[in-house]
Amino acid sequence: MAECHPVGFQWVMEAKARGAKVFHIDPRFTRTSAMADHYVPIRAGSDIVLLGALINHVLAGEHDFREYVLAYTNASVLVSEDFRDTEDLDGLFSGFDPETRTYDPASWAYQGVEEEAASGQSGERVEGGRHHAEAARADQYGSGGAAAHPRPHTDETLSHPRCVYQVLKRHFARYTPEMVEQVCGITAEDFNRLAEAVVAGSGRERTTAWVYSVGWTQHTVGVQYIRAASILQLLLGNMGRPGGGILALRGHACIQGSTDIPTLFNILPGYLPMPHAHQNRTLDQYLERAAGDTGFWGNKRSYMVSLLKSWWGDAATEDNDFCYGYLPRLTGDHGTYATVLGQIDGIVKGYFVVGENPAVGSSGGRTQRLGLANLDWLVVRDMTLVETATFWKDGPEIETGEMRPEDIATEVFFLPAAGHVEKEGTFTQTQRLLQWREKAVEPPGDCRSDLWFYYHLGKRIRQRIGDDEIDRPLRDLTWDYPEHGESGEPSAEAVLREINGTGPDGRALSSYLELKPDGSTRCGCWIYCGVYADEVNQAARRKPGREQSLVAPEWGWAWPLNRRILYNRASADPEGRPWSERKAYIWWDAEKGEWTGLDVPDFERDKPPGYRPPPGATAQAALSGTDAFVMQADGKGWLFAPAGLADGPLPAHYEPHESPLPNIMYGRRGNPARKVYNRSESPYNPPASPRFPYVLTTYRLTEHHTAGGMSRTLPYLAELQPEMFCEVSPELARERGLVNGGWATIVTSRAAIEARVLVSERMRPLRLQGRTLHQVGVPYHWGWAGGGVVTGDAANDLTPIVLDPNVYIQESKASTCDIRAGRRPTGRALLDLIEEYRRE
Amino acid sequence: MSERMGFFTDTSVCIGCKACEVACKEWNGVPDDGFVFRATSYDNTGSLGASTWRHVAFIETPDSWLMASDVCKHCTHAACLDVCPTGALFRTEFDTVVVQADVCNGCGYCVPACPYGVIDRREDDGRAWKCTMCYDRQLGGLEPACAKACPTDSIQFGPLDELLERADARLADLHANGRTEARLYGEDPGDGVGGDGAFFLLMAEPEVYGLPPDPVVTTRDLPSMWGWAAVAALTMAGATAWTRFGGR
Amino acid sequence: MARERAMVPEAEFSSYYGRPVIKAPIWHEPHMPLYLYLGGVSGACALSAALEELQPRPHGRLGTLARLGAALGAVLGTGFLIAELGRPERFLNMMRVFKPTSPMSMGSWLLAAQGGLSTMAAASAVTGVLPGAGRAAALSLGVTGPLMATYTAVLIADTAVPAWHEARHELPFLFGGSAMAGAGALGMLATLARPEEAAPVRRMAVFGAALETAAGAVMERRLGLVAEPYRREPLMRAARLLAVGGGALAALSALPSRRGGGRVLGPALAAAAAAALTAGALCTRFGVLRAGRASAEDPAYTIIPQRQRLTAAGRGTEGGSAQ
Ligand SMILES: Nc1nc2c(c(=O)[nH]1)N[C@H]1C(S)=C(S)[C@@H](COP(=O)(O)OP(=O)(O)OC[C@H]3O[C@@H](n4cnc5c(=O)[nH]c(N)nc54)[C@H](O)[C@@H]3O)O[C@H]1N2
Ligand SMILES: Nc1nc2c(c(=O)[nH]1)N[C@H]1C(S)=C(S)[C@@H](COP(=O)(O)OP(=O)(O)OC[C@H]3O[C@@H](n4cnc5c(=O)[nH]c(N)nc54)[C@H](O)[C@@H]3O)O[C@H]1N2
Ligand code: SF4
Ligand code: SF4
Ligand code: SF4
Ligand code: SF4
Ligand code: SF4
Ligand SMILES: [Mo]
Repeated sequence: MAECHPVGFQWVMEAKARGAKVFHIDPRFTRTSAMADHYVPIRAGSDIVLLGALINHVLAGEHDFREYVLAYTNASVLVSEDFRDTEDLDGLFSGFDPETRTYDPASWAYQGVEEEAASGQSGERVEGGRHHAEAARADQYGSGGAAAHPRPHTDETLSHPRCVYQVLKRHFARYTPEMVEQVCGITAEDFNRLAEAVVAGSGRERTTAWVYSVGWTQHTVGVQYIRAASILQLLLGNMGRPGGGILALRGHACIQGSTDIPTLFNILPGYLPMPHAHQNRTLDQYLERAAGDTGFWGNKRSYMVSLLKSWWGDAATEDNDFCYGYLPRLTGDHGTYATVLGQIDGIVKGYFVVGENPAVGSSGGRTQRLGLANLDWLVVRDMTLVETATFWKDGPEIETGEMRPEDIATEVFFLPAAGHVEKEGTFTQTQRLLQWREKAVEPPGDCRSDLWFYYHLGKRIRQRIGDDEIDRPLRDLTWDYPEHGESGEPSAEAVLREINGTGPDGRALSSYLELKPDGSTRCGCWIYCGVYADEVNQAARRKPGREQSLVAPEWGWAWPLNRRILYNRASADPEGRPWSERKAYIWWDAEKGEWTGLDVPDFERDKPPGYRPPPGATAQAALSGTDAFVMQADGKGWLFAPAGLADGPLPAHYEPHESPLPNIMYGRRGNPARKVYNRSESPYNPPASPRFPYVLTTYRLTEHHTAGGMSRTLPYLAELQPEMFCEVSPELARERGLVNGGWATIVTSRAAIEARVLVSERMRPLRLQGRTLHQVGVPYHWGWAGGGVVTGDAANDLTPIVLDPNVYIQESKASTCDIRAGRRPTGRALLDLIEEYRRE
Repeated sequence: MSERMGFFTDTSVCIGCKACEVACKEWNGVPDDGFVFRATSYDNTGSLGASTWRHVAFIETPDSWLMASDVCKHCTHAACLDVCPTGALFRTEFDTVVVQADVCNGCGYCVPACPYGVIDRREDDGRAWKCTMCYDRQLGGLEPACAKACPTDSIQFGPLDELLERADARLADLHANGRTEARLYGEDPGDGVGGDGAFFLLMAEPEVYGLPPDPVVTTRDLPSMWGWAAVAALTMAGATAWTRFGGR
Repeated sequence: MARERAMVPEAEFSSYYGRPVIKAPIWHEPHMPLYLYLGGVSGACALSAALEELQPRPHGRLGTLARLGAALGAVLGTGFLIAELGRPERFLNMMRVFKPTSPMSMGSWLLAAQGGLSTMAAASAVTGVLPGAGRAAALSLGVTGPLMATYTAVLIADTAVPAWHEARHELPFLFGGSAMAGAGALGMLATLARPEEAAPVRRMAVFGAALETAAGAVMERRLGLVAEPYRREPLMRAARLLAVGGGALAALSALPSRRGGGRVLGPALAAAAAAALTAGALCTRFGVLRAGRASAEDPAYTIIPQRQRLTAAGRGTEGGSAQ
């Protein structure tokens, strides 16, 4: 965190100064470790064992926050008789289809829900995992999660063998400190210190927070890493409470915004699912499958209709399904890697690359470039001439002779982009906080904002299209924003206001609760509704923290409804009293008959703790006064996920796709449902191959930014880390004859790259399973060109294309490699070297 | 002269982000210092110099990773200022030491004079450069760029006496928590330079960070040095006289 | 970071990747050392020019030569000094202030005086105009001259460079001696044809060589660890040999002429001596600069003495020395 979120890290330092214990769990001793109270070295790709062992520690020792667990989680819910755990099937859950390598989650459901499946009450359970694995349906539940029975059978004593609590106990029993030692390489001493601290730091008086970023996500089990952490946090009562939670430190300045208003293929704004070509022909069919009918997702029709209205305005009416038919449809996996392979296969002909440098930044660099080279046209919008725009003349394949510029037919359009200080707009940061940016300077020359680009592109397309029926969706679009300046820059505030939404009177709405299913309201993203409340740009508020409460509600605006902590109803006990004075945050004020506290309650203001829903109630009305997790269909925090995940209702440890070790936890080596692409362009290293004995992990440096377009080009940053390097332990250096300051060549089946050597005791060899395991650390900021004042080989040429089945993130944190002293060969000889490695 | 302003750099909370180095260059328009991979932990800047006015040191020890942002000490008795023959170096109303680029004639005397190896001459433009403690920003009532950019308040700027109090408290804390290796550096008015306007809290001996353990301002010995020179001169005169009149 | 140093066994010490703690002098060769040499020569010449005026029958040829030497030395020296500046066009900024704490400032004023006086004295000697003024100027050179030759020692000793500051007592004598040897040598060359006039300059050369040698010997004994850079500097060793050798030859060169005969041997010896002493004087200046640089570039010479000082004073900080 100190490395990649240095400014945010000041608060960790603050907490430390106030007595918080800071643990850093990382394969490498980083700047964060240097500041932590305890550094715990771990083998990349093994955290589920560590987290599982912590869960086991909590369950076995009954350290769980029982009152919280009973009231706010699904611990007491009974699971279907048909459910089989990895315990029973040696590493598989029930419902696995070896043919398609996908799960049908039907058997994971709550007891009593199966019967309803027939009545097709919720699409999820009818269609099963096959297709949700197909189009990453897991994402589609967004903050909502999958549908689930609002009032399932429960056993409040938690003793029923099929209640979630008992299922958990059995499942995690094998996650022991011994396993942690053998799989993660973490000593029993380190583990116990951590376990005790986590337990001691949780309960009524205290909370513990877990902070992660891509060290936890870029794995074929990435989503289950996070699931494991949420189980632990729910058991310890650390969710929805101040100082608790699982904090995902997100990436690019507005990467949170780019999932809220997505650049992802499978969701619409506000985490509404993207319609599927075959299952969701009509709006009704779509809404039926979209999510549960209970909890706040129960209002999905209002959200969806308001979205369609904001896009197609008056053209969207009751009788034409509010133009639902205009929406594009999914037919399957349209993720970035599938798209690139589609390019190689000649299916994908054109490509927009906007604010991204995949030729350097995405896994399997060579595959990326082969795809780019096989396009008809490529549009790159960037501030600098990144490698993705120049691969055809200076890429590594040109140097090796695999490609010749004269053979590459791709027509490349490079369009200079305005940077974030050259345009106004919002950033949505990691805490869901929207912060408005003013424009500091005019963009130079032809540089234009992305807003300008898409708006004017749209305008020109609309001018060119005739009255052909197929173009109606374009013609009907609401596409009219006030423009200013001679370049005709559209007003970003107007766009924000449109996203916020307007009521029948045309005035800005102030809450998504005002959204109507009848088409009388418009809203571009329901969770952002309120950011323009009272016709004021709430995101532009900058009242200093010292002038307001510690929650600082008047700095920017957080979705939803300016809540700073989600599910904060859980910060009070079932009766609505704070769990403790120290941790008071939101509570029920009996006199006033409303929820109150430091933050905006994440609960209906006037719903008393004693409220019990009438039978047949829907939406939020179906949730009781103690159902704190209001977006969930059953209002509960899910220890066990009856649906919504492609690879199991519980986390289980699987080795990375490329691992030097066997899986000693189960009979299954890798995640059975992981996405593998057996392609000649990017072959995999064989498992446990003596040819690739070391773990390869890639990461960032404070001094650079991602694929380098924004840092290799800046002398002040580039001089701080001028050359591509790798980090190795003194032991490994000795083993492979590597010299500090010298050169090394790192090899996988995909590529061989060279890097300067940094020998450091911060890289610690792990002793596990009776052997010593070395990890090689490689930052991924360098590329061969990109207008950089410094250049270097790209780490992503090494990494494999293998994905998590839920969100399709690549496993770039844990693969295997070989490392040898000296620089790499060039030209043909380089290909021969890789060939030689592939042969064995 | 307004009260003395200074820096307290608390290296125990430095996360080595180098924001100070970059902010300094951005604000002061300092050119890059070359692109050299030094294989000395994460330090590729090397040391303070004409084009590096904040330098973040990285020291790897078996059980820790020390980081520290070094800067001109703005000495109470500043050798650079004492020896400057043109008056280009002067003491500001904030009791800091600043070079006037338009006066400096590049004689290079200040360079070896500084007991901390801070100031240096840029070969291309022939003038001496160093930290100004953001004189211009201070005149505008702003804190120096490096302090402003520091996310963890490792760099604290303010009236020197306040900083000294803060430093003592911090040191006491650390010692109370068993961090007995913590020590202050440059805070003592009794040291060889009369104390630093920019002092530090270090987690190891100064030389580990490349700082002199017992710096002195050599002008301290100037009278005696002139004395010896005078004696030598007289010796010359006497001897020469002898060559003339003696031995006849 | 820790670095074992074979050469100084007692000194296992910590440093930052073996990097220097202080900045080495950036002064270039040959400018700086030549300035030191010429300043010295000018100073010594000035001195004899002044003393010449106290002679029973002044305006001797030797006096004129001395005035010329003083003037040439000062002017050429100034040239090299200016060339050394990063911004030569700003040389006159030296005259902005009169700054007692800055040996270079004092030196600049001294150089100005020395230059002015010597040129004036030389001019009047050569042209014969304003003899009175010339004489006054020459006499005042008696004050500026020796200072001109020795202030440069203060100039370099007033820096953090260990080999220079630690040697602050001996350096003025080293430079003064070497100045006399250098000037004496030039004088000997000028008097090759007239051995009977050579006595004073020869004596100056011999004494200078002796003084330089003695000062050097004392310095190296007193400095201990910090003397290493001098001992290791080949030019310093050469300077020592040349001074001793040159001094001896100079002394010898007197004998033949005394006994009347040996019209050839005397001048030959004298010429050899002059050459040796001049070379020696130059080696000393280059050698001192290089030794100073070496002592600044190796952190050992900065850190170890300071550490020892602290430990001696009982101010040594806790924690072992080596990381
Ligand atoms: N300076 C800087 N800041 C950045 C960025 C940048 O490029 N430069 N990028 C931004 C972006 S886009 C993002 S996504 C974030 C990413 O922020 P981070 O996730 O912090 O970035 P990384 O360095 O990729 O990975 C973090 C750590 O995960 C460790 N790690 C690898 N595998 C494992 C594992 O299996 N278990 C555990 N426990 N740790 C593991 C790595 O050693 C590394 O230290 O940073 C953002 N901030
Ligand atoms: N091996 C390995 N690979 C990784 C990762 C890893 O940890 N290891 N991390 C992954 C992660 S988390 C991420 S986010 C990606 C990042 O990888 P990429 O997104 O491909 O790389 P960036 O350099 O962040 O590309 C952003 C580009 O946007 C440009 N840009 C900046 N502002 C604007 C703007 O306003 N408009 C436009 N049009 N362009 C702009 C910048 O100049 C820059 O070139 O890398 C991924 N790849
Ligand atoms: S770069 Fe921006 S987002 Fe990243 S830490 Fe610094 S301030 Fe925060
Ligand atoms: S540290 Fe050096 S440069 Fe800075 S004031 Fe002191 S002597 Fe001058
Ligand atoms: S280099 Fe410039 S600042 Fe330094 S002493 Fe000479 S004139 Fe003064
Ligand atoms: S005070 Fe100003 S000049 Fe000095 S280091 Fe900090 S930013 Fe640079
Ligand atoms: S900005 Fe602060 S934390 Fe970052 S390196 Fe500089 S001193 Fe350390
Ligand atoms: Mo990211």
